[in-house]
Amino acid sequence: MIPASFDYHAPGTLPEALALLSKYGDDAKVLSGGQSLLPLLKLRLGQTGHLIDIGRIPGLEYIREEGDFLRIGGRTRESALESSDLVRTRYPILHDTAKVIADPLVRNMATVGGNLAHGDPGNDHPATMLALGAQVVATGPKGERVIPIEQFFLGLFRTALRPDEVLTEIQIPVPPARSGGAYLKLERKVGDYATAAAAAQVTLGSGGTVERAGLALTNVGPTPIKAADAEKFLAGKRPDAATLGEAGQRAAKAASPSADRRGSVEYKREMARVLATRALRLAVERAGGR
Amino acid sequence: MQPRTTPEVGGMGHSMKRKEDPRFIRGKGNYVDDIVLPGMLWMDIVRSPFAHAKIKSINTEKALKVPGVLAVITGETLAKYNLHWMPTLMSDTQMVLPTEKVMYQAQEVAAVIATSRYAAADGVDAVEVDYEPLPVVVDPFKALEPNAPVLRTDKKDKKDNRIFHWEAGDRAGTEKAFAEAEVTVKQDLYIPRIHVASIETCGCIADFDRVNGKLTVYMTTQAPHAIRTVFALVAGHVGLSEERIRIVSPDIGGGFGGKVPVYPGYVIAVAASVVIGKPVKWIEDRMENLQADSFARDYHITAELAAKKDGTITALRMKTLADHGYTDAAANPSKFPAGLFSICTGSYDVKKAFVEVDGVYTNKPPGGIAYRCSFRVTEAVHAIERVTDVLAQQLKMDPAELRMKNFIPKEKFPYKSALGWEYDSGDYPAALRLAMDKIGYHALRKEQAEKRARGELMGIGISSFTEILGAGPSKQFDILGIKMFDSCELRIHPTGKAIARFGTKSQGQGHETTYAQIIAEELGIPASAVQVEEGDTDTAPYGLGTYASRSTPVAGAAGALAARKIREKAKKIAAHLLEASEEDLVWETGKFSVKGAPSRSKTIQEIAFAAYTNHPPGMEAGLEAVNYYDPPNLTFPFGSYICVVDIDRGTGMVKIRRFVAVDDCGNIINPMIVDGQIHGGLTMGMAPALLEEISYDENGNIQGGSFMDYLLPTAVESPSWETYKTVTPSPHHPLGAKGVGESATVGAPPAIANAVVDALAHLGVKHVDIPITPEKVWRILKEKGVAE
Repeated sequence: MIPASFDYHAPGTLPEALALLSKYGDDAKVLSGGQSLLPLLKLRLGQTGHLIDIGRIPGLEYIREEGDFLRIGGRTRESALESSDLVRTRYPILHDTAKVIADPLVRNMATVGGNLAHGDPGNDHPATMLALGAQVVATGPKGERVIPIEQFFLGLFRTALRPDEVLTEIQIPVPPARSGGAYLKLERKVGDYATAAAAAQVTLGSGGTVERAGLALTNVGPTPIKAADAEKFLAGKRPDAATLGEAGQRAAKAASPSADRRGSVEYKREMARVLATRALRLAVERAGGR
Repeated sequence: MQPRTTPEVGGMGHSMKRKEDPRFIRGKGNYVDDIVLPGMLWMDIVRSPFAHAKIKSINTEKALKVPGVLAVITGETLAKYNLHWMPTLMSDTQMVLPTEKVMYQAQEVAAVIATSRYAAADGVDAVEVDYEPLPVVVDPFKALEPNAPVLRTDKKDKKDNRIFHWEAGDRAGTEKAFAEAEVTVKQDLYIPRIHVASIETCGCIADFDRVNGKLTVYMTTQAPHAIRTVFALVAGHVGLSEERIRIVSPDIGGGFGGKVPVYPGYVIAVAASVVIGKPVKWIEDRMENLQADSFARDYHITAELAAKKDGTITALRMKTLADHGYTDAAANPSKFPAGLFSICTGSYDVKKAFVEVDGVYTNKPPGGIAYRCSFRVTEAVHAIERVTDVLAQQLKMDPAELRMKNFIPKEKFPYKSALGWEYDSGDYPAALRLAMDKIGYHALRKEQAEKRARGELMGIGISSFTEILGAGPSKQFDILGIKMFDSCELRIHPTGKAIARFGTKSQGQGHETTYAQIIAEELGIPASAVQVEEGDTDTAPYGLGTYASRSTPVAGAAGALAARKIREKAKKIAAHLLEASEEDLVWETGKFSVKGAPSRSKTIQEIAFAAYTNHPPGMEAGLEAVNYYDPPNLTFPFGSYICVVDIDRGTGMVKIRRFVAVDDCGNIINPMIVDGQIHGGLTMGMAPALLEEISYDENGNIQGGSFMDYLLPTAVESPSWETYKTVTPSPHHPLGAKGVGESATVGAPPAIANAVVDALAHLGVKHVDIPITPEKVWRILKEKGVAE
């Protein structure tokens, strides 16, 4: 449990951090909260020449509604998300998510940006952000660029973030009236990765039909999975039990889990269905439809 | 029970706050990894990635070039001193470091000695070992097949993988009872391999002083004195002599049986310190602890009951295959290879019984430790409590009613069991009745019927266990021939305060408080003024250590008897001071007074002062006593637990809604500590029932070798435990106490398993093996067509 040796850098500003990233390229890793990176290094599953700790850079931790977006600073701690009244009252899906990530000790350190940038399909925020239709801001030597979340996850531990970029902000569209969301996670015990989890965000139209549905799955494939077919199926429909059940079926079809200690392929796929259906039901309830 | 002493004195029955807690709460505990000695070196261990492989070569060249690395120790190094193998407590042999082949994944292969922990880890990474994989034996049933590879090739005459065959009871009588039975049931069950996973891993600092030839080892051991003797016996040939070995157990962060064995790491560190002449520290990391230290359980049991149609059990039969890994290194000091497994007739008046156990070698880590239970009691209790429910189901009888019908009646104690144990005391119906009242048993059955009609899944499970602990009477127990007494050395200071030293070693149980309360009870000296010490073999009296819930039953008794010896002498001094005859003195807690003249009295404090200043002519000065207590019998705590579960039909997740635990551990010394023991024990009992298991794939790769997959429960997974007591004192223990450290770990798993099976019973389910994972349950729901 002792990592191989590395050089540690603690830049005080974002430009300094970016300069270090440009300098060391692939031989550097950004340390945000350390939720995933530190275990990898300690178990010697990964090794890096340079660890660039962005923990001292001011201005990367905030949660605020501004314009059409909820803006979350890349280094915002999960515990801040969990205890934010704004998040709890206006974005219940995010509150649901933050409180089931790892355990309280880890959440005091772990960051939202890190949770996304690691590109781990087992992390919880990716599915939530997919359901919410979020976008992320990547800051590199040439400035900022905005990446829609559905273009962000490229493969197992691979994202659209370039080696010389830092994920600095997450932008979530402010949901219209009659919206609701939920994140449901099946885990063996607290702190575990999901056996399967589902994120659902629903906006109801005036007639009680589904205006927009976002649905995504955690840890049932090599990347977080956007259940596009289920989303399309739901649009314009009345969210009754049969419809939500069918949407759950369609979501499960999009999953391609692999077997591990958490369960077999069959079980995980079924759990994707059960949880997607339940998350949709709760999201609809929270949107004020029942 | 009303306490006999005031809260200021704090004798038995007072929920005194733990004396050790201020230092733990303030981070001032002193664990082995807190100890730093001048010039200390670090050791780290190279471990095998294969479960069975020949070692072709070990290349240390690169490792020795890592800055800070001083030496790499291999089996060849140790072989020069004949220290590459060591004996186990079960008279088997175990490798310290291999010279020919490795026998399980994560086995020690070489050790790196370096100037820092970091350099040692880098050194481990740089050692190059060339392995030639050999066929792996994982399944203990296949290990006994005629064509199975023989694993212990080091034993010249060994032709198979069987370690032992052991049996107890009346085979013919039991067969006859089964043949004549109106009803029989049979259930296969597996008690999975688990790990104690104490919060502090194992480790030591070996410090050999070359000038005076003295070896001091600070180590995480539950039995420092026994370890000292083992070291003297094993390493006598290289010049270690018992008077020049000092074992110190500092504060220990949980033992649960896992810190009884001598692990290779300890021996290598000692060898390294002796050779190098500097202190050497070795601390396991979490994965080493989970993957290589002694396991617990791993029993494949076939349990059978014979009964009359009215539910009267007439006979019991159990056949067991015990997977011991590559060597029998069970930490089992009983004279029986399967420990106390023959307690498997449980709480029931079973007339005929027969049990047999076969021990088997496989390519897994060695062990067979008694994880928070006396040796193999958890396995026995799970089997009897599970198969009792199978019988109830077969007879369509309520499981509570079946238990009530078969309990050993109160008036039959002391009760001689069919497998040879003499139960000391018990009132089993009272405990079950109390549990049923507290949980509202009949209302729950009604609720269950209503829920079933609606398709909801809810279950109620009972476990009415009998424990057996307090090892142990010398007729049944020894370690390397040393009888299993324990000891107390009690000294009263002139001002009436005391120091009491014991041969046991607390790992969190609260001995500093409990023992002080025993002395307070017996002498009236406030518990706060009794300093308790354990764990240093240079100062504490010889004792066999703390495990199998033996501290209160054995060392606690020694404390009480040492105090009573002191009272005898105090009486003589009091008679002298009061100018009365001894026969005329009466003792009430804390003082002697003259019969009929209560104002003429001397307190224990006054007597203590006189023992040093004004003792009778011809009497030795001082006030101290030693007692070595060899218990006349074991103690048999018991209890009834009832668990209510709800099952999620979509996910298969089991949720414990309520859990009522009624325990009877005889007279209680500190009720708060007892409750703490039960809360912790219940959580540790829930763990294997629902979460924990160490398994292996077909190549012997460990599954669940880190806390990622070895699912240690936390407060989040734990229900709110509801605890109650009945009190049936032990007739043979000086305090009437029975011990309680392990009851809950033993009693909880079958209550939970029985509740889950009960929830599914109407679907035709008779048994589910633990750990009962969501997927296991979901598969049943799917098969029965009731999954959401």
